[in-house]
Amino acid sequence: MKKIIALLLACLMVMCLFAGCNNNTPSAEGGSVYYLNFKPEAEQAWLDLAATYTEQTGVEVKIVTAASGSYSDTLTAEMGKADAPTLFQCGNQQGLIDWDEYCLDLTDTKVVKEMTTDDFNLYNEAGELKAIGYCYECFGIIVNKALLAEAGYSIEDIKDFASLKAIAEDIHANAETLGFDAFTSSGLDSSSSWRFSGHLANMPLFYECRDNGVTEQPAELTGAYLENFKNIWDLYINNSATAPADLTSATGDQALEEFGKGKAVFYQNGSWEFANLCTDETKGYMLNAEDLTMIPIYCGVEGEEDAGLCSGTENCWAVNSKASKEDIQATLDFMYWVVTSDEGTQMMADNLGPIPFKSAKTPENSFFAAANEYTTAGNYVVTWAFNWTPNVDDWRAGVVSALAAYSAGTGEWTAVEEAFVNGWAYQYANQG
Amino acid sequence: MKKSLNLSAPRKYSPWSMVLTIFFVVFSIAWLYPVVLVLINSFRTNGAINTDVFGMPTAETFMGLKNYINGATVGNYPFLSAVLYSVIITVLSTFLILLFTAMTAWYIARVDSPFARFFYMLCVFSMIVPFQMVMYPLVSITDTTRLNTPWTIPVVYLGFGAGLAIFMFVGFIKGLPLEVEEAAAIDGCGPVRTYFSVVLPMLKPTMISVGILELMWVWNDYLLPYLVLDRTSYATIPIYIQMLQGDRGHVDLGATMAIILLAILPVIIAYMFCQKYIIKGVAAGAVKG
Amino acid sequence: MAKKRKSSDSSTVNSNLVRRPIRKWFPLFVLPTLACFFVGFIWPFLEGIYLSFCKFNLAKDAHWVGISNYQKIFESLKALDYAQIWEESGLWGTITATVRGNDFTNAFVNTTLFAIVSIVLINVIAFAIAYALTRKFAGANIFRTVFFMPNLIGGLVLGYIWSMIFEGILKSAGMQSLVLNSTYGFWALVILVAWQQIGYMMIIYIAGLQAVPEDMLEAARIDGANGWQTLFKVIIPNVMPSITICMFLTLTNSFKLFDQNMALTGGAPTVTLATGQSMGTTELLALNIKSTYERNANFHGVAQAKAVIFFILVAVLALAQLSATRKKEVQQ
Repeated sequence: MKKIIALLLACLMVMCLFAGCNNNTPSAEGGSVYYLNFKPEAEQAWLDLAATYTEQTGVEVKIVTAASGSYSDTLTAEMGKADAPTLFQCGNQQGLIDWDEYCLDLTDTKVVKEMTTDDFNLYNEAGELKAIGYCYECFGIIVNKALLAEAGYSIEDIKDFASLKAIAEDIHANAETLGFDAFTSSGLDSSSSWRFSGHLANMPLFYECRDNGVTEQPAELTGAYLENFKNIWDLYINNSATAPADLTSATGDQALEEFGKGKAVFYQNGSWEFANLCTDETKGYMLNAEDLTMIPIYCGVEGEEDAGLCSGTENCWAVNSKASKEDIQATLDFMYWVVTSDEGTQMMADNLGPIPFKSAKTPENSFFAAANEYTTAGNYVVTWAFNWTPNVDDWRAGVVSALAAYSAGTGEWTAVEEAFVNGWAYQYANQG
Repeated sequence: MKKSLNLSAPRKYSPWSMVLTIFFVVFSIAWLYPVVLVLINSFRTNGAINTDVFGMPTAETFMGLKNYINGATVGNYPFLSAVLYSVIITVLSTFLILLFTAMTAWYIARVDSPFARFFYMLCVFSMIVPFQMVMYPLVSITDTTRLNTPWTIPVVYLGFGAGLAIFMFVGFIKGLPLEVEEAAAIDGCGPVRTYFSVVLPMLKPTMISVGILELMWVWNDYLLPYLVLDRTSYATIPIYIQMLQGDRGHVDLGATMAIILLAILPVIIAYMFCQKYIIKGVAAGAVKG
Repeated sequence: MAKKRKSSDSSTVNSNLVRRPIRKWFPLFVLPTLACFFVGFIWPFLEGIYLSFCKFNLAKDAHWVGISNYQKIFESLKALDYAQIWEESGLWGTITATVRGNDFTNAFVNTTLFAIVSIVLINVIAFAIAYALTRKFAGANIFRTVFFMPNLIGGLVLGYIWSMIFEGILKSAGMQSLVLNSTYGFWALVILVAWQQIGYMMIIYIAGLQAVPEDMLEAARIDGANGWQTLFKVIIPNVMPSITICMFLTLTNSFKLFDQNMALTGGAPTVTLATGQSMGTTELLALNIKSTYERNANFHGVAQAKAVIFFILVAVLALAQLSATRKKEVQQ
């Protein structure tokens, strides 16, 4: 008797554990949306927006935000689940390789017809529209005009690399009397190194691709503009309060602190930093929006007086093609609503910047204003060629290490060139 | 146990003891320095930490309890519920591991059949398998079996933690005298009664040491719950800490350090209170291994 | 304790008395653990082995590709010009070039070295501290708590704090940064892990030391043994079980180490190999597997294959060690 009881008990326990809580199957009728959000800061905004949508339409929208730096992990894990994301981020060449077969061909969907530009959309090799850029960003050198004026210059004085260099070196030489330096620290800690291995490296990449008329991922690079990369990098590291040798461990927040507290005039970063600099009270950087502007990254390339800011995006939406029909429809409807409704466009403008959709609202962000000024003046846009980088993490790791060694004086510039050129060729050949 | 080098035995401090005390005071300070650094920085502004991590708070960089408040209120997820889920998962997992693996270990040690030996080997192997190898298969398995809630994830922990626990329990049980159990059997005790009334009490010290190991592991584990749990509804403290990171490399380090301290505080207090038992337990458990 | 077990050999007949009834209770004693072990380990593990022969992004759409994943692991070695290396640097140079010319072998050697160094260091220091703390002196109890504390803190932020500390020290000493010098990176990792784990091992040793029979120490004293003799002839043999446990724990911990490796150097400095491949010189295996996984979806299978090879190597080592000890036991 006891034996049976114990047996039953054991079985019960096992059953209990396995059965678990089996009650979270969402209502199937009409489909639901599951968005795997990429941006931790925008999480609350997305949740609020989702709640509004659910209130209005009754469609369930689930928002999950990936922890910073682990989007690909999270996406892989979540896509393997039965209740997989219906809407996710697929922002570059690598994303396309990984997720091609999971991306719905978005051609002819309602949301695509609302778009004002095709520039930020991603197509696969077969020419199908796999992901749409839902917002775009720009980066360049952020300038504190007030400090620049204090040093005796105005923004009009900076036209090309030579003038930028002269001004920066002058400010650096007088840093002690001025109380601020030219550039913020160009930290190579992982929280900051992407600004250089990704964004700054875009300069040689872009110009090379432009010269060669490249329209798809190049198999090899010649490194024709690496000298310019060196120019600008040398300018950054030799004209800042942080010694080049200390850059290896300097963080991104250190640079933000330097700029936010008015200790440096120039800060290479992007439009996404606007909120951190001007409106974020918890961080305590309340710079005057009128004092800030963004200039192109000049690095000594011929004709760069006509350059604009680096505009592009890694924020592209893809719809999970393996989701159920209802869920796909619900997702497409949700996307349409986000980019057309008052609430949606307002939220996008506040949190993500400008969006390439007809009903877009203008964001309050002086950096985009600067970007527009350059475009209306007829300057060329520097596109995000780095989105083509094969095996992004590996390639960048090589470049960062070489840059760090070079800056600390223990390595040669040739190592950077090798990492840049040979690294690219290897990673390109080893994508498959 | 026999007479031993007992700490509690009253003995006079030798002159050497002063030297030892002084040496260990210095050593401990060095030892605790990283923890102290976390404590100090939990009161400083993020910018100050990034510029100079070794600095002391000044009037300008002192945040008071702001970091603690920011850390505990950031985002949309209540900190207290992360604590709650961490506690649920940790307690439940540790309890399950101790309950079941000790029984299994007894079976393995006493039955010693080819199957038992094979199972034992598997357990030992499972200890050295890197989590990365089973990570993604595990995620989809836990999803189909619905082991993705705080109440069911302990099953995964039991499966994953079984190796270490069984390894330690078997080592201990093999050193226990068989005679006691035989006597119980002769007296007509079935295995269940023998186990619960004879073997289990003897296992107590190992229970404590295995318990601590598993407890610390589950409490601090990040990747498994992060990937497995249904994240719209549940988070644990390590997940919460990770979510304090913004994108583009921005991390509110002040808040992160504050939350780390909040997370280890209960464990440290518990440790101080139970120190005597824990040390005795680990001791007795390990020695027999 | 092995000896004690042997002494009960005479009672094997008797032990059937215990053994047989237990077997009938298999469902209660083993089944729950076995079931969970199956779900939590065996199943994903077997699937992992299967996946190492597949190309896949998600496990559910894997397709068989044979051993090509395994070949890919060692691909970078094909680019080496062995004849030339041999001529230039001889046997040792060739071995080094081979090991360091591939991210996986490099990580494997790193891990092995790391395991050896940290096992020795952690156990020696933990034992020494434990030995000192079993003397009676003021504050011994507090110190135990102090040393145990780092154990309680997991996570990446600690790695970050430590990297700041190391950088600070290195900078003031005028030395290279942690992420530029792989030797510093390696030793920094050893120090960090030692700091975290010594506390727990110390407690196990304290336990072992407290159980050394006083009469044996007394006997040694009467025989006129000095401190070292007592330590090696009486104390260490008596705490052997603690040593075994601690060794095993430190071994498995160092083979699985991931968080600290990730947080401290993340594999840096990265070098660009002859092929153009970038390789983190301070990567340990778990991190190497993870970064391979993240290269892109085509490398998921390769990462899985790396894990399988790693597992087989360790399993062979463990079996060899086990059969060695078995032989020893028989001889005794």
